[in-house]
Amino acid sequence: MAPLLETRGLRASYGDFQALFGVDLTLDAGEMIAVIGANGAGKSTLMRSIAGTIRNAPNDILHRGTEIGALPAPDVMARGIALVPEGRKLFPSLTVEENLLVGTYGRKIDGPWSLGTVYDLFPVIAERRNYPATALSGGQQQMVAIGRALMSNPEVLLCDELSLGLAPIVIRDIYAAFPRIRIAGAAIVIVEQDIAQALKVADRVYCMMEGRVTLSGRPSDLDRSAIHAAYFGAEGHELA
Amino acid sequence: MNWLDTIFQGILLGGLYALFAAGLSLVFGIMRLVNLAHGDLIVCAAFLILQLVSALQINPFIAALIAAPVMFGIGWVLQYHLLNRTLGKDILPPLLVTFGLSIVIQNGLLESFSADSRRISAGTLESASLGIGVLSAGVMPLLTFASAILVVVALNQLIYRTALGRAFRATSDDVATAGLMGIRPNRIFATATGLAMVVVTIAALYLGTRATFDPTAGPARLIYAFEAVIIGGLGSLWGTLAGGVILGVAQTLGAAINPEWQILAGHVAFLLVLLVRPRGLFPRAVD
Repeated sequence: MAPLLETRGLRASYGDFQALFGVDLTLDAGEMIAVIGANGAGKSTLMRSIAGTIRNAPNDILHRGTEIGALPAPDVMARGIALVPEGRKLFPSLTVEENLLVGTYGRKIDGPWSLGTVYDLFPVIAERRNYPATALSGGQQQMVAIGRALMSNPEVLLCDELSLGLAPIVIRDIYAAFPRIRIAGAAIVIVEQDIAQALKVADRVYCMMEGRVTLSGRPSDLDRSAIHAAYFGAEGHELA
Repeated sequence: MNWLDTIFQGILLGGLYALFAAGLSLVFGIMRLVNLAHGDLIVCAAFLILQLVSALQINPFIAALIAAPVMFGIGWVLQYHLLNRTLGKDILPPLLVTFGLSIVIQNGLLESFSADSRRISAGTLESASLGIGVLSAGVMPLLTFASAILVVVALNQLIYRTALGRAFRATSDDVATAGLMGIRPNRIFATATGLAMVVVTIAALYLGTRATFDPTAGPARLIYAFEAVIIGGLGSLWGTLAGGVILGVAQTLGAAINPEWQILAGHVAFLLVLLVRPRGLFPRAVD
């Protein structure tokens, strides 16, 4: 059976600048994988390519065996692939609750997630449902961004740099929600610069450098020096 | 007492200017598009209503009901296939294209309907009036003002209470992120322009029944619409209504002092508001 989500030799460019050079990745139903790597490794480009904000060759990305690489973002979203974008990107003209509701615009299906269950997952944002979204703290905004993506009851939840700019204690609160999101049925891809955090929560880890996957496997099978080499580049490679 | 009546007539006239302006305000609020052909589209809708009235021998209000969905369709197609291509970081292309469109519409109307001044007959309604206490007002101006309030209330309900309205605001904030919500910005923009054309049809109904119009009458309507939007503050529909009223009152007061001053007084009021409140009376959030 075809995996839930798969990239095959995924290439992506911004004009003349090529950011991804043949990325292979698979995600099975119920899985949680992490993509780690330094700034500029291509992690966000990978997320944007899957979500459809960057167009790719049709057969570079497959969802349940169907080619989706060339689909625009609204079509990808309607298939059940939701992105929590880097920097949260809440809509400032909308209240917290309206931000959540707008998440269902292109995909209204019955599932585990609704306003009630999202507020249950993040009670702190329920108290502020009528505030403008940008009046919340960074951590609360991140919760709204995750809730907004969950509202469409996605099969795949893509999370780009959830920890960016947040205090460790806030990051811990946010990651505490993930076991419940997994139990509810979504497969999850997180992009994370914090290696320890990624190794702790993910079933499998992909490490990227300069637009390529340099290492992948289960956290228990990877040793620190291999990760270090895959993340920063081997010393020998740098000297060469 | 005479002054009170003059101010009252000015307020009612403001309803007409608010109707001219509401569509412009809606479109600008959602996609930052300044449609220089807005006035010509009002005149175009007035000719459409006129044609329906004379061809089918129907009441102009019924004709407007038929014209509204037609204008919605014209607005949708115009936005989806032409104006969407001009939207981007550069503000010049939409101005140039809608300026050109304005000329095309004027000349198209001139070819089709000649340069004669026209008027849509509303029968006995035209001269009917009501006494309100010491004031008396024409039924048509009262209907115009009531329609303007109804349009502003309806548009605000749509924008702040419905899923479509949330999509309007989300797209206005951030087109790329709106796409991640399954919103197709090009369709949202087309729907917004279609709605603006429905408001334009209502404006055209009152324009055509209250005064004469000809194919070149558009740009003057556009100026009043612009002034009402800017006095009110960009993006606020109630502000647009207030802007229309200020313009209307200034014009009737000016005309009461000296008939030659009517148009001038409106423009002077506009400039005074800009001097005191450069961003208008009720500007929406900073952007």
